[in-house]
Amino acid sequence: MTIAVLNSNPAPAILPGSGGMRGALSDVFWRKPKLLLLLMLLPPVLWLGIVYIGSLFALLLQSFFSIDEFSGLINREFTLKTYGDLLQAANLDIILRTVTMAALVTLASAVIAFPIAYYAARYARGRWKALFYLGIMLPLWSSYLVKIYAWKLILAKEGILTWLLAKLHLLWLVDGWLLLPIVGGNSLSVSSTGTFIVFVYVWLPFMILPVQAALERVPGNLVEASSDLGASPGQTFRNVLFPLALPGIVAGSIFTFSLTLGDYIIPQIIGTSRLFIGQAVYSQQGTAGNIPLAAAFTVVPIVIMGFYLWGAKRMGAFDAL
Amino acid sequence: MRSDGSQPAPLGLKVAAACGLLFLHLPILLIFIYAFTTEEKSFVWPPPGLTTQWFAVTWNRPDVWQALSLSVRVAAISTAVALVLGTLCAAAVSRTRFFGRETISLLVILPIALPGIITGIALRSAFSLAEIPFSFWTIVLGHATFCVVVVYNNAVARFRRTSGSMIEASMDLGADGFQTFRHVVLPNIATALLAGGMLAFALSFDEVIVTTFTAGQQQTLPIWMLEELIRPRQRPVTNVVAMVVVLVTLLPILAAYYLTRDGDQIAGSGK
Repeated sequence: MTIAVLNSNPAPAILPGSGGMRGALSDVFWRKPKLLLLLMLLPPVLWLGIVYIGSLFALLLQSFFSIDEFSGLINREFTLKTYGDLLQAANLDIILRTVTMAALVTLASAVIAFPIAYYAARYARGRWKALFYLGIMLPLWSSYLVKIYAWKLILAKEGILTWLLAKLHLLWLVDGWLLLPIVGGNSLSVSSTGTFIVFVYVWLPFMILPVQAALERVPGNLVEASSDLGASPGQTFRNVLFPLALPGIVAGSIFTFSLTLGDYIIPQIIGTSRLFIGQAVYSQQGTAGNIPLAAAFTVVPIVIMGFYLWGAKRMGAFDAL
Repeated sequence: MRSDGSQPAPLGLKVAAACGLLFLHLPILLIFIYAFTTEEKSFVWPPPGLTTQWFAVTWNRPDVWQALSLSVRVAAISTAVALVLGTLCAAAVSRTRFFGRETISLLVILPIALPGIITGIALRSAFSLAEIPFSFWTIVLGHATFCVVVVYNNAVARFRRTSGSMIEASMDLGADGFQTFRHVVLPNIATALLAGGMLAFALSFDEVIVTTFTAGQQQTLPIWMLEELIRPRQRPVTNVVAMVVVLVTLLPILAAYYLTRDGDQIAGSGK
């Protein structure tokens, strides 16, 4: 590539050295590589350190403030009162609901992702491989809101899903499901089932990619050896493929779990009025104006993800990322 | 996974994989049909009729144009900042080993690893503590922070493939540091940077969670869309905007894929 660039220039192949300030500066960098390194690192580290870590620190600080219940003003004194408020039954309910949803979404994504990832890793070749790659990448990068909007269209009472089920004479199935407590509701677009489907849809590509990466590294003859030794496909899956894919699944679950924990838009648009952690944070800082409690709420997903990442690291999931 | 024998895939696997891919793509295709529906008040399927009039209506909506223009400006400046910061960081991390190198990779990845709502509310509380009013620049500040990682990932992957001996050869032939960067390093990493920049642009163009916390009263296109999702005013216009957004984000992803597909690490796998 370099040669091509030099040839395309009408200038001589060896450029004249630049003198003056620039040359001097270049010499200084050559003699002191540490200085150059420092200068290169300074802008990104300053930006991320001040803007991001600084903000996180400001957030953590706020969670130790409290709100004056009468005036609604924030009392800037160190207190653990806000964390006490966090442990109220209603808030614990929100945390439990969100974690359960995150776990179910992760499980469902893993089940749907595995066949796609396995086919892409083992059987897709050449043109098909590229097609699979783009087939996963395009939904991953498609607009998040447009994806949610598409599901609003699908799950609407007058929408395509009802139409399709009516054609198949299966409407009673959905109606029966919607009558159930917790998962049900007036229609799919205002039920927890709807929230669950949209979560799975939106985070699925984040699960497929690491699982595929893990499966790409499994030698094909391992699977053949297993069946040569008399294992049924089910046994091969349980004893050979699944254990080897597990780090990839755990790596993918980091995304699906963390993204579900922090999301507040999906349950707001498609779901019941029961809150998730993200919505609680949003309403506490917005309408309620209780930034300390909102800050304390955000500490919950950070702590949960901290434990999750620690566990994932012990399972070797980071090598699969 | 390499298998020398090329036996066909089991039927069950084929069906499951095909269903999975359909599940991923059909909802997005549905958007394209709804953009042409004549129905205004509901999401009724099948559409009672098809029309192209909503494209004209959308074209004449100043609020859509304003939101679009703000989104494009924010994405352009955030991408520019992310390109500089991400490249510097990638160059530093890949060419030398130094104390704290792992910490720096973690620092770059953190804004995208933690849920967006945390980044958003952290920025918002920092702005309120420092008494910075919301503006165009507060949005850029947030976006640039999480765009750095996309550029960084692409640049690091390319630096890993670029041999250090080329830089040494250039220096041996008498080029100074700047000339080496201009004529040797830059041509080698250019396509990776272009791909990273496009992905960063797409990421910023689509971002909504952090933006709701840093935008104040201004509307980027995703915020406009979110408003329409919560309180629908004119559904056909939303349908058309949704379709355009899909097309606009499609192009950078395809371009980034074609720019980096020869490499061992293809752009886009780390969103």
